[in-house]
Amino acid sequence: MSTTSAGRYVGQSVKRREDPRLLTGHGRYVDDVQQVGTLHVAFVRSDVARGTIVGLDVSDAAALRGVEAVYTGGDLNPLIGQLWSTIMGPPVELGGVTPYPPPSVLAEGDVRFVGDPVAVVIASSRYIAEDAAQLVVVDIDAQPAVLGVHRAAMDEALVHHETTTNVTARVPMPEIPALEEAFASAAHVFTRTFAGARATNVPMEPRGLVVQYDQHRSKLDIRAATQSVHELKAFAARLTGVPESHVRCVAEDVGGGFGQKMMVLREEAAVILAAFKLGGPPVKWIEDRRENLMAANQARCESAEISMALDETGHILGAKVEFFEETGAYPPAAGGGSSTLAMGVFPGPYRIPMVAPACTAAYTNTVGKAAYRGPWAMETIFREQMLDHVAREIGMDAIELRRINMIQAEDLPYTTATQMVLENVSPAETLEQVVAMVDVPAFRAEQATARAAGRLLGLGIGAYVEPSAVAFGALGTDPAVLTMDVSGKVQIRLGTGSHGHSIETTIAQVVAEHVGCDFDDVVVIQGDTDTSPVGPGTGGSRTAVIAGGAAQTASVQMREKLVQIAAHILEANPDDLDIERSAVSVRGTPTATIPFAQLARIAHTAPEQLPAGMAPGLEFMARYGPPTPFTWSNATHACIVEVDADTGIVTIVRYLVSEDCGQMINPMVVEGQIAGGVVQGIGGVLFENMAYDDEGNPLATTFLDYLLPTAPEIPDIEYGHVVTMSGTLGGYKGMGEGGAIASPPAVANAINDAIAHLGVTLTDFPFGPSQIHAALHPAT
Amino acid sequence: MIDSIDSIDGSSAIDAVRVGFSVNGRARHVTCEPRKLLSDVLRDDLGLTGTHVGCEHGACGACTILLDGAAVRSCLLFAAQIEGCTITTVEGIADPDGGLSTVQQAMQDNHGLQCGFCTPGIVVSLTAYLRDHAEPSDEQIRDALSGNLCRCTGYHGIVNAARQAAGRPARPTHEGDDQS
Repeated sequence: MSTTSAGRYVGQSVKRREDPRLLTGHGRYVDDVQQVGTLHVAFVRSDVARGTIVGLDVSDAAALRGVEAVYTGGDLNPLIGQLWSTIMGPPVELGGVTPYPPPSVLAEGDVRFVGDPVAVVIASSRYIAEDAAQLVVVDIDAQPAVLGVHRAAMDEALVHHETTTNVTARVPMPEIPALEEAFASAAHVFTRTFAGARATNVPMEPRGLVVQYDQHRSKLDIRAATQSVHELKAFAARLTGVPESHVRCVAEDVGGGFGQKMMVLREEAAVILAAFKLGGPPVKWIEDRRENLMAANQARCESAEISMALDETGHILGAKVEFFEETGAYPPAAGGGSSTLAMGVFPGPYRIPMVAPACTAAYTNTVGKAAYRGPWAMETIFREQMLDHVAREIGMDAIELRRINMIQAEDLPYTTATQMVLENVSPAETLEQVVAMVDVPAFRAEQATARAAGRLLGLGIGAYVEPSAVAFGALGTDPAVLTMDVSGKVQIRLGTGSHGHSIETTIAQVVAEHVGCDFDDVVVIQGDTDTSPVGPGTGGSRTAVIAGGAAQTASVQMREKLVQIAAHILEANPDDLDIERSAVSVRGTPTATIPFAQLARIAHTAPEQLPAGMAPGLEFMARYGPPTPFTWSNATHACIVEVDADTGIVTIVRYLVSEDCGQMINPMVVEGQIAGGVVQGIGGVLFENMAYDDEGNPLATTFLDYLLPTAPEIPDIEYGHVVTMSGTLGGYKGMGEGGAIASPPAVANAINDAIAHLGVTLTDFPFGPSQIHAALHPAT
Repeated sequence: MIDSIDSIDGSSAIDAVRVGFSVNGRARHVTCEPRKLLSDVLRDDLGLTGTHVGCEHGACGACTILLDGAAVRSCLLFAAQIEGCTITTVEGIADPDGGLSTVQQAMQDNHGLQCGFCTPGIVVSLTAYLRDHAEPSDEQIRDALSGNLCRCTGYHGIVNAARQAAGRPARPTHEGDDQS
């Protein structure tokens, strides 16, 4: 089923070189950095969602033996130089247009969500820091919390009194006369609302950093669990005023991120400022899980009302979609981060001639919203569910509805109603592949038999196109610095940051393929601002596409120079030379061979042997930007579930994926990324729900309340691959997030397919046992 | 043996205890506060940072170690409780010659890890489980992994690794695999 065009390394499931150290306990995550004299941080946090701080007494804490310092907002906030992330750009007061929340690293005067950091305690051990944190007396005059995007947008009370409104983004529904006409004359018009369940990224390694400020050298040294050392470096320099050239950020092994470690959050900024103020010893903060679930940024708190008009044959005539997004109190970047972008992706892989998008985003007294794997997932998740609801209403098979509306190969390039240009995608091919893998007629027969026996089986489909590898502004390019040393071994330095992505392996495959050297001769260096070129880090399904393109560009340059040197030495035409296994030879004359080591020695140490005019050395710097702002990838997922009518428990019977990420560098890694994303998406439908009560108290601050999927709930995942090369240098497409985008609607649609004949369907996540049971047994 | 000696860490008037136990075949003695978690003693006092702390409430399984052969969560034990016990951490799982153990090799072969943070707990849990269960079914393997949270892999590669380590074929990961 796979049509991968495999090279010697690219396209091969090379085993990961990261694994041996990680499997034997020799990874080096941020908490494994144990320097003598390190001080440890514990935060004092608000247990009230919204209120005025009427008393704050740190004297007993400060007096505890072993406590070095206790800082409050009054101590640290005045030290803030600037507080903004490179990707989003500066806030209005600095000439940008991005609506950031008011800058603070600790609450001062009032608190704005449960978990809002109020004070930071620094002590000789974490145990003592936590002892001291308990001694800080915080007296808060609680006020009613601003909760829910609709209520927040009414501005009855403000989350941030420094602002004039809670609304951070609002796009009114455009008036499109032709769309109104289509709706007025359509054979079918349906409207549904859908809601996501607030979720959180949950990297298994929580956030953390170690910060040391050497005031004698004006040197700020940060080791962190981050997806982007360069973002952290720029942020820390702006925050403290230390020149960026004096800031070093290092991330060795990072235990997952999924978007949560892409931008610097307030606690991290507080620790940087605290260590800067203190000067001298390293200051370490390792977030505990309760903090991570209570105060690290969250996502998926989005909802939408979708109206769709279709003709009598099921062809979509147009859609209106009104999108709502709760940004919490302190989103680390723009409020309303995804709702405006999301609208552009709403049409997905379908011919929807007209789309009227609108959105409202607003601050609330909850944890801020940040990116989470597939930050523009929700519009796809809602759209794909809408298609199933529509299909049921008009009595058409949901697969057939997709089939007749889906963009076909002959439609490409296709400009969507939201002005996105789709090319090099294969939605129809992946749909047909996954449908064949399922064997739909056999399933429908099985479903009918089961139903007759009182069992509830369902099949759901989810399809998407994903704007991977976003390439404009600060994200426009990625760098690579490629060097060959005197012994003929290769190093590549990247601006990326690996937190599970296998970059040390996959980029080495790209380099070995295009330089022509052995895989084992390539070392990948990343995650240290002193040695890595400036790049935006790893996120947004960009690294294979953009850093891979940079690696390939530099590799081809190196290969060409090696060939030129060899041609000169061998007195051969460069076109007659082959490169194989770290050696250059004359085609058909195996004895005329020069190993890379010899060429490297000449390049570095014997300039007189080089062709006339050639510069010595083997160092290459490349920067790659894809030809288009998005490199589209796509997939269609299918899920078969059984719903227990008595308990509401869902069992996933089969899960299937047909995807197209272009040229695969390492199919094993591709499938690993898909599986991880799929299971996160399953969690978002069935298990995960970061609920708040009516007073703004978080109700899921341990793993006993915030339920992640575990192995028994997950089936084997079945894969099919369609390969359509992208327009980028390697033909790659980003595929880190798609698994998490298509799986929620596939699961949701399967559940509704299982129960709809009983007269009920669900639209608001989570679809947990209690929600399903309540739907099936409304009287009880 | 618990001595009452001066406190450490410059802390307040909490007595420290001295505890002796064996870790990865070596006798070790540690002086620490009675409240100090075993996971923290392993990491901070003995430098065995392969044991990871992912939740501190016994739910995620990243801190799993072998205590007298049984897989337990080191974040739910005080070091003071393990006087005279024998502990194996992930650093002690590899083959004596330093090569990967059967479970570790199967994890690499089947892409059973991505970020690697939960991995030590998975390796230790599977090692203990497969030692005691020669021919586990798929359902038994998944149940055996139910106490270990992984956020990267979707458990797909881990289950395949467990099958391989149990001497069964790891299920093919995709149809029509044309990778040689």
